[in-house]
Amino acid sequence: MRATALAVAAAVATGFVALPVAGVLVRTPWSGFLDAVGSREARSAIGLSLATSLASAVLAVVLGLPLAWVLARRDFPGRRLVRAVVAVPMVLPPVVAGVALLGTFGRSNGIVGRALFEATGLQLTFSPLGVVVAQCFVALPFFVLSAEAGIAQVDRRYEDVAETLGARPGYVARAVVLRLAAPAVAAGAVLAWARALGEFGATITFAGNVEGRTQTLPLAVYLLLERDQGAAYALSAVLVGIAIAVLVLLRGRWLGVRR
Amino acid sequence: MTLFVRGTVARGGFVLDANLMVGAETVAVTGDNGSGKTTLLRVVAGLERLQSGRMSLGETVFDEPSVRTFVPPRTRSASMIFQDALLLPFLNAIDNVAFPLRRAGVPADVARDAAAAALDRLGAGRLGPRDPSTLSGGEARRVALARALVRTPAVVLLDEPFTALDRRSRAEFRSLLADALHSLTVPALVVTHDDADVEALCRGEIRVIRTGDGRSTAADSAA
Repeated sequence: MRATALAVAAAVATGFVALPVAGVLVRTPWSGFLDAVGSREARSAIGLSLATSLASAVLAVVLGLPLAWVLARRDFPGRRLVRAVVAVPMVLPPVVAGVALLGTFGRSNGIVGRALFEATGLQLTFSPLGVVVAQCFVALPFFVLSAEAGIAQVDRRYEDVAETLGARPGYVARAVVLRLAAPAVAAGAVLAWARALGEFGATITFAGNVEGRTQTLPLAVYLLLERDQGAAYALSAVLVGIAIAVLVLLRGRWLGVRR
Repeated sequence: MTLFVRGTVARGGFVLDANLMVGAETVAVTGDNGSGKTTLLRVVAGLERLQSGRMSLGETVFDEPSVRTFVPPRTRSASMIFQDALLLPFLNAIDNVAFPLRRAGVPADVARDAAAAALDRLGAGRLGPRDPSTLSGGEARRVALARALVRTPAVVLLDEPFTALDRRSRAEFRSLLADALHSLTVPALVVTHDDADVEALCRGEIRVIRTGDGRSTAADSAA
């Protein structure tokens, strides 16, 4: 009896997640799918989303890899604090992240943004670059924590043995440690990309909702829901498809027993 | 060539005081767990630095903090064998053995030929194309030994090289090692707990003794 009750409870939880996802696919007007996805508005949102999310993922790797390395391999006072600070965007409401970015990089009164604008004329708000900043902000911890865990797992004696066998420290880091940590680093990059692709709150708060410039796929879905539900479902189905593809990519790392 | 270590090394709150001289012979490094035997080997390899004193091999000073001399591990030609084979899992056996030669700038085909020859000498030629994950413990050791000896080392450091092996491959690996070390005529330090290892391989002994208060001393039997 207890086993049955447990199975029912597990089924309820699974259904709670699976049903809405399936609902998107059921409600999607597949006959008009290509029209909905091919509209000018949708195409520009898809293109912008792909470009900005990929740029954000690359930026997260570039910014995050040295940090992940330091967290995994160096012992310094305040390491736990640094790790906690980096994780903040994971738990921060995205709208608040957007407000925080406005206060920092906003053109008129951001602590950095104003000086940046006056010095270079560069404006992040209402620009695709601002979308990348917002996405990268929320995506960075996903990459850093995954890469850090991967690097920390590499047995340090591999470094020792490689160094005694004549390898330079830079080569050891690149060709031995990162090579061994590559699956975790790649998983972190994919996670960061997926998080960037789905970003809504920070983007709309910081970068705004300008069609063709900052209106990414999730923003377009939200707007379309008012005007054209079928199109909103169709674009949602695209995002569901990408999400499933990400899970397939990460299978074994995420769906397995690790962590 | 003579290995000469006289100095202190601090590691994680404990201090090892070493005073030893090893000629072209194999000596055992014995002592309690946690007394600093591995630390001594790591100092010789350059993976740990002396806090004070001086370490040299032949005419070459490897480490002398007072004059800021420190030779990095990669140019010491100190081959270290760890408790595990630690073959790089993304290279097959022959490329693992060729690794030190490739790092020294030897062209790939030349390095691979030399690696094949080194494996052959240890009776492991057929293991060349195998992935490390498919090797038994004893086989992996042979490959690791071939890798350690492929660039003729100036000093050999073995950190409990037999512990992870079963009895049969242990005896086999021991005689393999005895032959290899015998023909090398370089200083070799073997950390071990087993008298049979000492008897089969070693001519001298370095005792690492805890003297209390977070300090240890390492000295050869002559000192």
